[in-house]
Amino acid sequence: MSDAIILASDQKKTLPLWLLAELTYSCPLQCAYCSNPIQYADARANELTTAQWKQVFRDARKLGAVQLGLSGGEPLVRSDLEELIADARSLGFYTNLITSAVGGDEARLASLREAGLDHIQISFQGSDKKLNDYFAGTPSFQHKITMAKAAKKLGFPMVLNFVLHRQNIHQVADMLRLAEEIGADFVELANSQYYGWALKNRTALLPSRQQLIDAEAATNHFRQQHRGKLQVIFVVPDYYEDRPKACCNGWGTTFLTVTPDGTALPCQSAHELPGFEFPNVKEKPLDWIWQKSPLFNDFRSTDWMQEPCKSCPDKEKDLGGCRCQAYLITGDKFATDPVCSLSPQHHKIVEVVEQAQETLPQHQSQPLIFRNPKNAKQFR
Amino acid sequence: MNDNMPRSNLQISSDYRFQWEEAQQCFVLLYPEGMIQLSSTAGEILQRCQQKIVISDLLKSLQKSFPDADELVADVLEFIHDAEQQGWLNRESQEV
Repeated sequence: MSDAIILASDQKKTLPLWLLAELTYSCPLQCAYCSNPIQYADARANELTTAQWKQVFRDARKLGAVQLGLSGGEPLVRSDLEELIADARSLGFYTNLITSAVGGDEARLASLREAGLDHIQISFQGSDKKLNDYFAGTPSFQHKITMAKAAKKLGFPMVLNFVLHRQNIHQVADMLRLAEEIGADFVELANSQYYGWALKNRTALLPSRQQLIDAEAATNHFRQQHRGKLQVIFVVPDYYEDRPKACCNGWGTTFLTVTPDGTALPCQSAHELPGFEFPNVKEKPLDWIWQKSPLFNDFRSTDWMQEPCKSCPDKEKDLGGCRCQAYLITGDKFATDPVCSLSPQHHKIVEVVEQAQETLPQHQSQPLIFRNPKNAKQFR
Repeated sequence: MNDNMPRSNLQISSDYRFQWEEAQQCFVLLYPEGMIQLSSTAGEILQRCQQKIVISDLLKSLQKSFPDADELVADVLEFIHDAEQQGWLNRESQEV
């Protein structure tokens, strides 16, 4: 999902402006950096029904949600997608489909357009058949191109998304050429961040500093040549920053994620945090979840912070960084995000980053754990 | 100011959706994965540009609604210029 949402800074109230509806964890792809939980096996049986999703849309809209991301897994797997889009559109949502395009065809795209879909984001896993199909875990490159061209023909505004990592980041210039050829309006070159599946595969995925420098240079070169025509956003892995980013624009300030089974989260990865009761829309009203639940409130202010965050002049800006990253690296969800150079545990990030500077072949030899039901069952 | 300006047509670009947001108590422009919150003045202007409108008619309509506003014409023209730069408004010159 894009970080490019533009928000006025004088937001008076805390509104869940962005609703991310993860309609299903089913997916024909097997990306080794997937943001879905590791333990997703058997999730299909507990998915919200069409009527339950419509209720979520209505309740979220009342709370002020206006951008709707329809995601997964692969949302095209849901046969009620058109009905959900039409419903969301009639409520006033701006509807964004976040898809791999696998499992759909041109007729399906046309019926999504007909239903009122506003915008489509298609992910690619590489700039050529070989790498795309390897990282997707399924032959899909040519199909994605056909679908992306069809989406433009139907008049959709279209974002192409490439998740970058150690083994495909050298293709950035080719990715941008491909996006231009297809006629995309916007390209996201988003480096993988290390939660869930990506954390399991971190050694194989984290690029070296030189790879990042080269990729940014290729991006800037493209931007200079194509000023204004095709917008490109390049997202650096947090591990290479020395100050953290505010989690989800501020925990419980903007984003509301609802997972396939109806669990409501302030961030897609929050299910990784210990010690919370995760509220579910099947059991609790959405306004209570957003306004009153401990999960959404516990990191809303800066009261929870420890040193060095507590007395840091930047604490209102970065809000202590990512809670999931803090927990996954330090074992303490209240710790300073270790990406921050002021964190007493920053050396844990530095060590991983230094390891990533070693020569490529050694790391490439580490096998990727692909995201699929078989591997998911191992982690139960 | 270009002499032809008052006779040009303005309309909100089809790249944006303009709507009232009750929870935010303001008009917004929506676009892929993003939103622009509009001030009440910007909302008043863009509300009149949902269908094609000739600039002179737009100015008349605003003057009628806000008869006491100082410098209204200059402010509106400045906003229109900025909104065109941002791609929110499209202009179509009319043959006279």
